[in-house]
Formats: sequence, structure tokens, C-alpha cells
Amino acid sequence: MTALIETVALSKTFTLHGRGGLQLPVFSGIDLSVRAGECLALTGHSGSGKSSLLRCLYGNYAASSGEVRIRHQGAWVNLSNAMPREVFELRRRTLGYVSQFLRVIPRVSALDIVSDPLRRIGVDASVARERAAQWLQSLNLQEHLWHLPPATFSGGEQQRVNIAHGMITAPAVLLLDEPTASLDADNRRVVVALIRAAREQGSAVVGIFHDDEVREAVATRSLNVEQYSKPVASTHGSTT
Amino acid sequence: MKPGVLLSARGAGKAYAQQGQPRWACRDVSFDLYPGEVLAVVGESGSGKTTLLRLLAARLGCDEGSVHYDLRADLASGPGNLVDLALMSQAQLRRLARTDWGFVEQHARDGLRMNVSGGANVGERLMALGARNYGLLRREALSWMARVELDTGRIDDLPGSYSGGMQQRLQIARNLVTQPRLVFMDEPTTGLDVSVQARLLDLLRELVDELQLAAVVVTHDLAVARLLAQRMLVMKDGCVVEQGLTDRVLDDPQHPYTQLLVSSVLTP
Repeated sequence: MTALIETVALSKTFTLHGRGGLQLPVFSGIDLSVRAGECLALTGHSGSGKSSLLRCLYGNYAASSGEVRIRHQGAWVNLSNAMPREVFELRRRTLGYVSQFLRVIPRVSALDIVSDPLRRIGVDASVARERAAQWLQSLNLQEHLWHLPPATFSGGEQQRVNIAHGMITAPAVLLLDEPTASLDADNRRVVVALIRAAREQGSAVVGIFHDDEVREAVATRSLNVEQYSKPVASTHGSTT
Repeated sequence: MKPGVLLSARGAGKAYAQQGQPRWACRDVSFDLYPGEVLAVVGESGSGKTTLLRLLAARLGCDEGSVHYDLRADLASGPGNLVDLALMSQAQLRRLARTDWGFVEQHARDGLRMNVSGGANVGERLMALGARNYGLLRREALSWMARVELDTGRIDDLPGSYSGGMQQRLQIARNLVTQPRLVFMDEPTTGLDVSVQARLLDLLRELVDELQLAAVVVTHDLAVARLLAQRMLVMKDGCVVEQGLTDRVLDDPQHPYTQLLVSSVLTP
């Protein structure tokens, strides 16, 4: 099987200019490669940079050095030097991301949020809404909520909208940040089944799974992000 | 030159004379905009973002660098070539501004004709293109008013009798009636009540999506940028200090000024 996402010597350091250029090293020198059908679980204690790594893989955070490469329509795209429109196209067709929290667009219904990614790849609006309804159904989101904007939903309900939104296009590379964090046992099982199905269909998955049971059920291997953390925080310039 | 580029700024800048010395309102701005892309230009007032918008829309001439636009075949001499705006005649530019471009002003009054009806405001660009059939113009006006969610019963009223939000909708309809490929917007939601602003943003987001419009949106509101634009450009003292994917710039700002900007708002 071919690798669909890989990093080479990936490093991330935040520079806080408002704090006199304070450097906050997160991780450095990460080489990873995930093939179709694999699921790599990122592990490490809270604050070890798992989410930051995932955001780098999505292009939401800029790599400080090193590379993130995604296999897109038969060619590697390097996120660090891709143009915004290329990253957008990559996200539309190849790269899915389920964040920890749903960023709700005010006044847009759950059904529209979930069907939107399909419409963006050219699926007819009514077909897209039908498929979205199926996803929300399988994730046990009560039907009377479908036409409401998720701003007032519970954490678990929002998370399920978020999962449907991120997975509905069956992206070849799927990034999951604690997808089951606020779900009950029944819905956790549903999400585990969805992730396994994605793998079987040939997606490469990278995820953070807080729950050991979930991680064991979906992951094929794991990577401890802590081992890549830089030990000392250094400052340069004057602190104010 | 890259294929498919719609608008290209190449080191564009504008200087004003201040006590005999040139003062650069914006300097050395370069980017390529592609069809369907929405670019937000953010920065505090006085950062040069409105001057930049006026350079891009050929309302001002460049004092350095240039701005190029991909003319539609019916306007260009040859097929699909990027033309330097400075080399176009006034007549060509006027035609471009009335057909393939839209310009949404911050104050709707600056973009509307206040002494003719709402319907006539929408029809004006079509008339400028030679449409004379009253029935057709009225149908278009009604259809566009409905599209921007304006009460079609107000078609014969003067825009002065409209609320601020309605005027802004009318201005948008007036601009889109010729199906432009590129729309310039100068703080399109600023100065409106929050609820009106929100509905206008919904409308803009849908229209941009549906019509595959390219747009350059000047705003000081980072939330507007996040909602509407895939890309953004951060300006300070006339210079672009950072540009890139909107969510990357807002969630992982690199430049000191962008970091300050992002950390200064309550919910970006």
C-alpha cells in the first residue's frame, strides 16, 4: 500500500512576539508516514503537542521547519509551499479534519453544515442533503435537530455534526482530534465503526484518541509525540 | 505568468505628496487572485487597505508596480490575456467596471443612485450595456431584489426610504446583475446593526459560493474575514506583513503585528 501522508523532520515552535520573542518549542524532527488503510494514533500527555501536530498536518498551523506531504490525485503536495488555493483544493477532495470543537457558522443548520462538503465537490444539493441526513441518522442525532443551527446543541451533539461534516466525503486522508471525547458509549461504538469503515475503504487516518478502548479498536500503530518534544524553552531578545 | 490568474498585483503601490515628500499609502503589494477565490485584506484604519482596493479596481493609478486583469474575450483584443490596467483606455476601464467587476462601497449611498428607484438602480448596469426592453429590465430587477431578500414591493421606492441593511442589499444586487467575475468590497458590513450585519454576511457567503465570484474584501473585522475569505492579507503602515490561508493566518499568526491583531479581539 502506498503512503498517503508523510512528514519529514517536521518541527513546530511558537514565537510569541508579544512576549519579547518568547520561543515555545512544541516538537521537532518528526518523521511519519501513514499508508492507505492504516490508522496512526498520536499519544502523549496533555500539552505534548498532539493537536498541534494534527493542525500542522492540516495546514492550519505552519510548520516551523521540515515538511508535510499529502498524496493528492496521484502526486505529492507539500503543504509548506503550496498556494492557498492548492491547500483548499486538497482539503476539498483529499484531506478531512474533525476538530475537537465544532466551529459553528451562525444561522446555518446542522443538515447544511454536513451536506456542504459534498456540494463543494459537485454533488447535487438534494442528493447531498439526503446523504447528510443518512449520516446524521447513523450518528443518532435526533431528527428535530437537523434543521437547527448547532450553536445550542450539547457537546456530544455538536461533535457528531462535526464527525459527519469531516467524514461525509470519505477523504483519503483523515485527521481526527478526539472524535469520541464527548460521546456516550453507544455513539462511541458508532464512531469506531465509521473509522474502521474508512480504513477499510483505503483512507489513511491520523488521530488522537483519549479513550484507550477506542484507540485499540481503531489504531494500527501509535506514535508518542512526547519523545519529540524539545526539553528546554529558550528566550531570545529581551523579555518585557 | 501563471495560467488562470484573474487579477495580479505586482509590486503595486501608491504615494501621496505630503509637504513635498512622497508618503506611501501602500507599497510593494504582490499577489495573484484566481477565479472564485475570496481574499480578505485586513489591518487597522490607515494601514492602506482601502487605497490598495482602489488601486486594484483602477480607481487610482499605481505609482510603483502594476495591476493586471484577465479580460474576458469580448473585452480583450486577444484571448485570455492579463492586461496592465494602466495601459487600458478610460472607456475600456469604464466598461470593465460596469460589467465584469462590481464595487460594493462601505456607505451604500456612495454606490447607489439615490434619486432613482430601487428597481432603476438594479437595471442601470444592464441599460449601460444596451438593454432597453422595460419588461426585461423590470423582471431582472425583481429577480435580483428577491435574490438579495429585498421586499419586491419596494421596487419603485427611492433607496433613501430603505434601511441601511436594505440599501446595502440593493447595492449588492446592482453590482451582481451583470454577473461580474470579480467584486471589490470595502467594509461591506461595517456600520450596520449586528443582526443586520449577520444576515448580510450570510447572503454574501451564499452569493459568493453560488456564483463562484472572486472577491477582494477589505475589512477590519477578522470574523468577517474568517467567514468569507479563503485567503487573507494583513497590512500595516502600507505594507503587507503577512499573507496566506485565512485559518492559518488567524490560528497561527507569524508576524508580530498579526499576533497583536489576533490577540486583541475577543472572538476572532
